[in-house]
Amino acid sequence: MSLRGENLLTLAGVSREAILEVLDTAESFVEVNQRTIKKVPALKGRVVASLFFEESTRTRLSFETAAKRLGADVVSLAVASSSVKKGESLRDTIATIDALGLDAVVLRHKSSGAALQVSRYVPHVRVINAGDGLHQHPTQGLLDVFTVRQILAERQGVQGAETGGELFAGLRVLIVGDIRHSRVARSDIAAYTALGAEVRVAAPGTLLPSDLTGWPVTVVEDFEEALQWADVVGLLRLQNERGTGSFVPTLDEFTFTHGLTEERVALLRPSTIILHPGPMNRGVEIDSRVADLERSYMTRQVANGVPVRMAVLYLSVAGTKELA
Amino acid sequence: MTYLIRGGTVVGPTGTTVADVLIRDGIIAEVGPGLDATGATVIDASGCWVGPAFVDLHTHLREPGREAAEDVASGARAGALGGYGALVAMPNTEPALDSVALVSYVLAQGAKTALDIAVAGAITVGRQGTHLAPMAELASLGVRLFTDDGNGVQNPLVMRRAMEYAAPLGVRLAQHCEDEFLAAGGVMNEGPLSARLGLVGRPALAEELMVLRDIEILRLVGGKLHFLHLSTARSLAMVSAARREGLDVTAEVTPHHITLSDEACAEFDPQFKVHPPLRGVDDVAALRAALTTGVIDAVATDHAPHTPELKDLPFDEAPAGMLGLEHAAALTFEALGPSPDPVTFFSLLSRGPARVAQLRASDDRVGLSAHGASMVAGEDANVVIFDPTVQWRGDKNALASRATNTPYDGRALVGKVRTTIVKGRLVVHEGALQ
Repeated sequence: MSLRGENLLTLAGVSREAILEVLDTAESFVEVNQRTIKKVPALKGRVVASLFFEESTRTRLSFETAAKRLGADVVSLAVASSSVKKGESLRDTIATIDALGLDAVVLRHKSSGAALQVSRYVPHVRVINAGDGLHQHPTQGLLDVFTVRQILAERQGVQGAETGGELFAGLRVLIVGDIRHSRVARSDIAAYTALGAEVRVAAPGTLLPSDLTGWPVTVVEDFEEALQWADVVGLLRLQNERGTGSFVPTLDEFTFTHGLTEERVALLRPSTIILHPGPMNRGVEIDSRVADLERSYMTRQVANGVPVRMAVLYLSVAGTKELA
Repeated sequence: MTYLIRGGTVVGPTGTTVADVLIRDGIIAEVGPGLDATGATVIDASGCWVGPAFVDLHTHLREPGREAAEDVASGARAGALGGYGALVAMPNTEPALDSVALVSYVLAQGAKTALDIAVAGAITVGRQGTHLAPMAELASLGVRLFTDDGNGVQNPLVMRRAMEYAAPLGVRLAQHCEDEFLAAGGVMNEGPLSARLGLVGRPALAEELMVLRDIEILRLVGGKLHFLHLSTARSLAMVSAARREGLDVTAEVTPHHITLSDEACAEFDPQFKVHPPLRGVDDVAALRAALTTGVIDAVATDHAPHTPELKDLPFDEAPAGMLGLEHAAALTFEALGPSPDPVTFFSLLSRGPARVAQLRASDDRVGLSAHGASMVAGEDANVVIFDPTVQWRGDKNALASRATNTPYDGRALVGKVRTTIVKGRLVVHEGALQ
């Protein structure tokens, strides 16, 4: 299964081959982003609607930049409110935008499943999920594995694409923090495990999902020990806006149990990579000085967002569906 | 009119017999083999089950307040097609049915329909869970069930007072069991799937704790208590234990909780959103198994019409609830397994709910006839003919209900209501409203 001609709604169940195809395609777009003229005409004449029903700056900019660099026309709608409050239903909003003549919708919505629902409203349009509720954030998952492969390949002095997925075999990934409310965690876990990595999660009891049956992860009992184990530490934003207040006693307490402090960074092996999808709560899930360490690759993640989203848009919108 | 139902399997409270049923002047005039058809319209029922018309303990008719989704008349038509002779209208209308004026209004609307429409009154004013509604006045209008359905009565002190007040009135309180603190924000069953989908769960614990609490209150103060739409194996086990103790506890399950599991939510289709939520397959299996053990008094629809624009919202924003009246008989038939027992079938759909709603006897004050007949001469003629062999498909565009929010659109069904006779009148025949 490939992403060519398909929607990207979730990474759950997406194959290793499909993920590697995105990563390899993204790698070819990295070079485009280093040119003086950062444009290729792959989606020239195509219309991509960027519909953000929930606040987001970096993801929206990243997607819109990606679409523009592929030559697409971008229609942008940012509405930080629920469809109900807005008075128009999601279906009607999509129908209105669709009437403009669309090839793809990039959708961010506070409701889990919204992207899948939209894909049912407009089956002729490719839908890219830019984050739906607590469910999935597939392009974040893809750019995280892209970033990890890129860093590991650089250390070996090769291109990521030359390594395929081999650098993920047995790679030890520790995901820390608010797993329960994190769409990034759900996408990351799917991406890392599809590529063969071993994933462990660390969180206060209340921030673990209510039921982990079927999740290909282990819950760590000793956070410090897990830090020594990890090749990659993926931090998550503590989702204050989702009522997390009642899940942990205080932010300080979260820092006490699961913050990546300077003391804890000292436990990491020298090669261990630190990632965070942003925006960071400096001083909460990550110490400000730790965030600025060379091994903290947040800026790289942001930079890689553009080529990865270019790859996703290119494959999904310009690609031809594989025959079943 | 006089009707002779010819050659059907007549289903009594303890067994079946192939016989004719003569209906005249609103009464079952005679039951027996080879009855004289002179002057009667003959309805051939060979191969069909003939029994008391169904009684729904749990129908949201949406009038007053949300007539765009359903009203008493459209709900009654849907009920008739589903084989129902009587519906209990739930009080979570806008405003709630918590006063003589409002209950009288719904009873009057019901009297204009071909069915018997009984009313459940609210336990508390406005279903707010704080002040008791005037239950004695409402009881004098013939109200026999009280509930704040849509919500459970959260405050245990208010529930205790309600039970103390209701017991001497002889009325039954019906509880929607979900602790709102535990269920807060939940939109589907809490389990592996909700965690994977990133949907907030409504745990079984929210239901079970309230079942436990209310059984304990009942033990202390006495009275009659009905549990609405139970959905978990633990809930049923507690009800079963309470009944063994001799407490007057009754229980219903819905057609959807015995035919659908939470897996149905995997594609985020809000048609499958309901409270309590569709549970895991183990609970579904336990509920199905319990249909034949006597612990469940009734299959009740929780028929909950919603307009398409509301059911089309994102899963977490869409209202909970699904239609039930027109598919309940086929779904109950399905849930009873490969060779359903007709006596159990009519016990769950007619006699049991008629007993819980105190509709076994007629009530002249409100013009309601007697339901849940034993199918013997002299009883009010509320009769349904059910063909257990018909294969058909659910179709949201072929419903009499004003709403279309059925989760069974396209689903293969077996067994269909052919004829519904209410108070001696042919209301549905050959599957069509007359």
